Amino acid sequence: MQQKGAQVAFRHTGLVYNRDGQAVRACADVDFTVPAGCSAAVIGPSGCGKSSLLLMAAGLLEPTDGEVLVNGRPLTGPRRETAFIPQDLGLFPWKTVLQNAMAGLRFHGMPKAAAAQRAREALESVGLEGFERAYPKDLSGGMRQRLALARGLAIDADLLLMDEPLSAIDALLREDLQDMLLDFWRRSARTQVLVTHSIEEAVYLGQVIVVFSDRPATVACCLDNPRVGTPDWRDSDGFAAQCRAVREALARAVDR
Amino acid sequence: MRGPLLRKVGAYAFAIVFILAGWWVTAWLVNSPALPTPGATFGVLAANLPALVPYFLTSTGRVVASLALGTVLAVPLAQVCARSRRLDGLFAPVLYILYPIPKVVLLPILLVLLGLGDAPKIVLVTLTVFFQVLVAVRDAVRAVPEGAVLSARALGASRWGIYRSVTVPATLPAVFTSLRIGVGTAIAVLFIAEAMAGSTGLGYFIMQSWSMVNYPRMFAGIVALAVLGLVLYGIFDAAERRLTRWRS
Repeated sequence: MQQKGAQVAFRHTGLVYNRDGQAVRACADVDFTVPAGCSAAVIGPSGCGKSSLLLMAAGLLEPTDGEVLVNGRPLTGPRRETAFIPQDLGLFPWKTVLQNAMAGLRFHGMPKAAAAQRAREALESVGLEGFERAYPKDLSGGMRQRLALARGLAIDADLLLMDEPLSAIDALLREDLQDMLLDFWRRSARTQVLVTHSIEEAVYLGQVIVVFSDRPATVACCLDNPRVGTPDWRDSDGFAAQCRAVREALARAVDR
Repeated sequence: MRGPLLRKVGAYAFAIVFILAGWWVTAWLVNSPALPTPGATFGVLAANLPALVPYFLTSTGRVVASLALGTVLAVPLAQVCARSRRLDGLFAPVLYILYPIPKVVLLPILLVLLGLGDAPKIVLVTLTVFFQVLVAVRDAVRAVPEGAVLSARALGASRWGIYRSVTVPATLPAVFTSLRIGVGTAIAVLFIAEAMAGSTGLGYFIMQSWSMVNYPRMFAGIVALAVLGLVLYGIFDAAERRLTRWRS
């Protein structure tokens, strides 16, 4: 188990990409830090470039301006200890549940038996024991979600990056999965960055809520949300008030 | 599990009975030595088997070599085309123009250039297979889920790792689908090539028997060619099924 989460810092990060010969500015001068062990929620208008931000944090996309630092060092590519869950979860449909959970360890060169052992433990911790030989198509949406998480647990990630992972899941199940994410985060020292378009999700899971403006995405404001993880947070008056605050911040960010 | 399996066996049994009945009725109606009844066919096959075997092996070798060669040439090119926009921009129009041309019309040219042996036949069938596999695999590579590639990269996969864990398993079913669909055309083209030139292969065997007015021998050759197609189809179908168990 990782003893320490990773610190992620965006330093005047910008991204310009080329689409059909036109320069599109996805994000500009993004500057914020997610402290080690913190759970941050990134929220902003849809299509504002939040996803690009996450890709840069995962080392999958190189910023065109500024840099992204993890534990103080500029990223040059994907890190071994970063787990990235894309919007469609990025499972391998042609691999079994166990092979999916093992994938990262196998890419890192771990022998099969040891990787399978670690993957089994990860699957057990998300409640997928007994499904090792199933294929992703045999799983429900929530189980697939948990498999994606198990993949990150298996590689013992110190940084978990998620791009709207729960957007395709219905409301009640979604709350269960949010509870699971919260639980995993609290029981580990892992840093977690969640991109979402749901205000409630951001307030339920983010110790820090980073509100983004419209394209090009840039940080409009950061809201502290210290009561994350306290009992009955979702049903408290404070939760509703915090949601209101985020909604107002979002509205201001879009108007700007 | 037993219900669907039984139903499947039943469906195949019905199909076989249906085909045999249709064959029998047709044979009875035309009443010609060129089309023996199903019952007479066993005797015809047994009597001509020794003569048939070398021709059968020649044709099998040619078709298998062409299928292998066509696939080996098409798959890497399809991967590269689907991956690089610039190369695809270059190749797509070429493919678009060449794909619909029936490759079999090139046979006379190949005969002039390559003679009467194995070479023109293998080249012609390879060409036929090549285009079918190329088009199918190119589309399959394009349909590889983007998230799978991203998460493989994020999980630390090397270029080779992505190829082995994402691209190949995602596109291999398309290879076998195109081979399964292409095997009929491949054997048809081979038959024409063998019938037109040279003195080897089942195509020659069938047409030679025809010109000798030895109809039972001719029919034995036809059955052998049909069996070759059926067996190859079965192999590709089984491979495709095995490789697509993960699909819904």
